[in-house]
Amino acid sequence: MINILTTHWSDFVHGFGITLLSSIIALIISMILGTGFAILEIVPNKLVNTIAHIYIQIFRNIPLLVVTMFFYVVVTQFVKMSGLVAGTIGLALYTSAFIAETVRAGILAVDKGQTEGARANGLTYWQTMRIIVLPQAFKIVIPPLGNQFINLVKNSSILAFVAGFDLMYQGNEIASTTFDTIDTYVVVGLFYLVITLPLSYYMRYLENKLA
Amino acid sequence: MAMIEFKNVEKYYGNFHALKNINLEIEEGKTVVLIGPSGSGKSTLIRTINGLEQIQSGDLIVHGENLAKKKTDMNLLRKNVGMVFQHFNLYANKTVLENIMLAPRIVLKRDEKENRELAEKLLEMVGLADKGNSYPNMLSGGQEQRVAIARSLAMKPKVLLFDEPTSALDPEMIGDVLEVMKKIARDSDMTMVVVTHEMGFAKQVADQVIFMADGTIIEKSGAKEFFENPKEERAKKFLSQVLNH
Repeated sequence: MINILTTHWSDFVHGFGITLLSSIIALIISMILGTGFAILEIVPNKLVNTIAHIYIQIFRNIPLLVVTMFFYVVVTQFVKMSGLVAGTIGLALYTSAFIAETVRAGILAVDKGQTEGARANGLTYWQTMRIIVLPQAFKIVIPPLGNQFINLVKNSSILAFVAGFDLMYQGNEIASTTFDTIDTYVVVGLFYLVITLPLSYYMRYLENKLA
Repeated sequence: MAMIEFKNVEKYYGNFHALKNINLEIEEGKTVVLIGPSGSGKSTLIRTINGLEQIQSGDLIVHGENLAKKKTDMNLLRKNVGMVFQHFNLYANKTVLENIMLAPRIVLKRDEKENRELAEKLLEMVGLADKGNSYPNMLSGGQEQRVAIARSLAMKPKVLLFDEPTSALDPEMIGDVLEVMKKIARDSDMTMVVVTHEMGFAKQVADQVIFMADGTIIEKSGAKEFFENPKEERAKKFLSQVLNH
């Protein structure tokens, strides 16, 4: 195992970097989109609610691989994109649907009195949402958000299917050239843990700190 | 001139007729107390005054704005109409001082130094000068409610609504909150509308008492007159139930 790690160190590190990069970008985009669609699902406007609901249902209920392939095979005919870009977009959209549902649950869990107090105090709907409701909603949903983030990192292995040169892709390459499959995939697994374990402990730390 | 005027106001929750043909004028600067059995529509009525509940028909004119009109800007109206709730509704994610300073800062664009000075003055007025940096969950119910009153006062409203401000408090906390409310009624020229079960407070402070039952106004009269000589049968029965125990 040490052997495979040292002989293919730069491949592993390169894949690790791509996985990390793709995960971070997808996480930022999915948080923005997810929070946005969570709000659109509850604003007092039926048409907007329906549009947000359709978006969420589409990306929540179609397999990640299908979404990613759609961008890699179909969309790329109109807008050229690499496997890395297609995979990251697929990952971001797919995850955003789950984050939207999580954040929406958080918003609904904030005591209605908070909104009434703010509106009666003269704040607008959006000021109330931004300053009073959302900060409390995020605090409530830190644990399930942590789960989504960890899933996102693991799901980034989807890049291997679209030549994204991520950790999983490099693992497949190394395994097929060296035939040392066991050691290779153990190392790949360990590299994923390097991202996901600190992430899960950090989310738990946040949960305790803000509780 | 009337600060608040209800004209033939009707309010429904689905099929439930919550307010039935309400006609009422509240003069500027007066303190009006709304009493009546639970489910009589008192809270619904007071919540229509700042648009937290919408009316289905009739006219409701507050500080010159007709709330029945769709184009009335509720945010503008609420600058002039403050509200104190049964469950306080302080911002859980903000300190006491921030609770008081937030709306004046972003709604009124009040100068930060002036804002802080007023907030500190108000905290002192409600007897909580040392609690400015505490969070709401560190306070007792009575303290929270006094902060909520200070928060409303910081907006310098023309009308201040109190929706059962002492109903969620432990008995020993009620006095402090009522003291603050009496002080406001005495010293300011704000119009106050108070839903309460505190008959002592009503007797002492109210210019007018309105007795409600089943979504209608049964009786309205001066405080002294109402408590000493109620006219309506429902009001007599209610008073005998709440006073003789």
